[in-house]
Amino acid sequence: MSYEIVTRPHQDSFIKWAKDRPEVVVLSADLTNSCEVGKWRDTYPDRFFSMGMAEQNMLGFAGGLAREGFEPWLHTFCVFLYRRPLDQLQMSVAYPALPVRLVGFLPGIMTPGGVTHQAIEDIAVLRAVPNMTILEVGDATEAETIFDVAHSIAGPVYIRALRGEVSRIFPQEEPFVFNKARVLSEGRDITLLTSGIMTEEALRAVPLLQEKGVQIHHLHISTLKPFTDPQVLDALKKSSSGVITMENHTVVGGLGSAVAEVMAENGIGSRLIRIGIPDTYAHGASQKYLMKELGLDAIALVSSVEKLLGKTLDIKPADLESSRVVSVHSSAKVEAL
Amino acid sequence: MGDSLSEIREIERIASGIRQRVLAHTLANNGGYMSQACSSAELLATLYYSLLTLGPTDGALVPAEFSGVPRVGGGHAATGAIFHGDKAPHLDRLISSPAHYALVIYAALIEMGRLEEDGLEKFNRDGSTVEMIGAEHSPGFETTTGSLAQAISQAGGIALARKLRGDTGRTWVFMSDGEFQEGQTWEALNAIGHWKLDGIRVIVDVNGAQCDGPMESVMNIEPLDERVEAFGWDVRKIDGHDIPALLQAGRAESDRPVMVLCYTDPARGLPLLQERYPVLHYLRFSSDDERQKYQDVFEGMMA
Repeated sequence: MSYEIVTRPHQDSFIKWAKDRPEVVVLSADLTNSCEVGKWRDTYPDRFFSMGMAEQNMLGFAGGLAREGFEPWLHTFCVFLYRRPLDQLQMSVAYPALPVRLVGFLPGIMTPGGVTHQAIEDIAVLRAVPNMTILEVGDATEAETIFDVAHSIAGPVYIRALRGEVSRIFPQEEPFVFNKARVLSEGRDITLLTSGIMTEEALRAVPLLQEKGVQIHHLHISTLKPFTDPQVLDALKKSSSGVITMENHTVVGGLGSAVAEVMAENGIGSRLIRIGIPDTYAHGASQKYLMKELGLDAIALVSSVEKLLGKTLDIKPADLESSRVVSVHSSAKVEAL
Repeated sequence: MGDSLSEIREIERIASGIRQRVLAHTLANNGGYMSQACSSAELLATLYYSLLTLGPTDGALVPAEFSGVPRVGGGHAATGAIFHGDKAPHLDRLISSPAHYALVIYAALIEMGRLEEDGLEKFNRDGSTVEMIGAEHSPGFETTTGSLAQAISQAGGIALARKLRGDTGRTWVFMSDGEFQEGQTWEALNAIGHWKLDGIRVIVDVNGAQCDGPMESVMNIEPLDERVEAFGWDVRKIDGHDIPALLQAGRAESDRPVMVLCYTDPARGLPLLQERYPVLHYLRFSSDDERQKYQDVFEGMMA
């Protein structure tokens, strides 16, 4: 399987989208080019505010601007939006339900920057924050079309964004739709829910599983809070052999937990396997290396399906090797982080 | 506008009213933020009576019952800013940071005829917006700043927005000195200086006291004036009980953000409080005898 690779899908789409929206301002904390808003700054210098490496203050400024009718779009790495300034995010932005857009890059284990740069529990933390909306981009099309969705929400929105070289999995004419899963395949054996970069990873294995006669009902999830899409409940009811979730996040509190809650509340007694970071911190290494080490890859999906079906499917790791590998030294990123 | 004798007399009257109301409340409820009233009475009276240009209220407002927390798509939740009158480009705003001064701020609003005379009877009562730690629905508050040092950043954002819009009104921030122990305060001072938000004016009650005792023993922040000046601010250091000095510092013209450091005495107007030194943060009577002593002082004040 190979996809079109789009270079910096956030950069130009955001410039275009913000053109006739004078209320849209960008706040940045010294990661401007790393977050693909350097060109935005040069295009709209009067609407760009460098806040320096001071995220607690940046969240407060954002709250103040939003109270006065501006729409601040904060750009930095995920960890610096929710981990360091969580109290400010809660009291200056989330409690007053202000329309602040938190565009976070490097969700999960996408960076060799190590534990300080890896946002592995952001969804868990922010799902627990009232008034928050949580969106996650899964491909270039979603990266290019998330702006209207975030803009339409009256409260704060946290976005797990993608940058650099991003695969286009979904057709350009099918934009990001709020709180609506994409149905990627239908079937009655296994219900599979994937989010973010794990959707592409899952898609390496799904055709091989289908060839082995396993029917997979596969949903791509891009809205993590609220988690009320009726398609999800329908899909969870459907599986005869169980449910699998796959997320670039700890298994505690993210997509897998949200699915478990829906299943329990609706009396769905299927087995559930949550593929994700197994309640551990990670370390600095390539995405591919960490996905293998932590069991976040297509092979993990195959073993989980085998476990639910109670049989081996004879799919070899080599069969899954055809997927692309993004170099950490890609020229689409300003530094190797 | 030069200060006149009648203006100073009126501010003195309001300051006395603030202390009396907070003491009466403390006596009636066996507890209150008394030292904060003693230290900031002149400061808040001067702000509300003279320095702030606020819109009028429709008389002394009755605080609303609590109607719910802000929710996404839930419309505009109640705001305590209505006690400061309507917002307008030419008018000032006041963002109060130390939310535990709420009792003192409510007392000031009553003295100013913006909050109903009996407003303090709703203080810390279930279902009331007159909360013990003011939040954005509480009279005189428009942000939720009980987690200290967050107001100055939010005020920075408000002042930036107002600068972008071309508003001429100032954005005032009332702060307490303990907040200068928080790193966020210094982040905000840096950002406000960097973006030259000269519409901001910060007035600080430097009473030298915090929850654990004297600030110099808990965590020293001095020399505060030199530290803040180093961040590019225009700093005025005054006696926070000296009303002409408050008026002069508050009205000074400057092309930089201004900070007025008001050095105050947490027992001013109530020397009896000194007996509790060094723990002044909250006054709860330890015995009937102690309570009677305060009752006697109160009766003296009212005589």
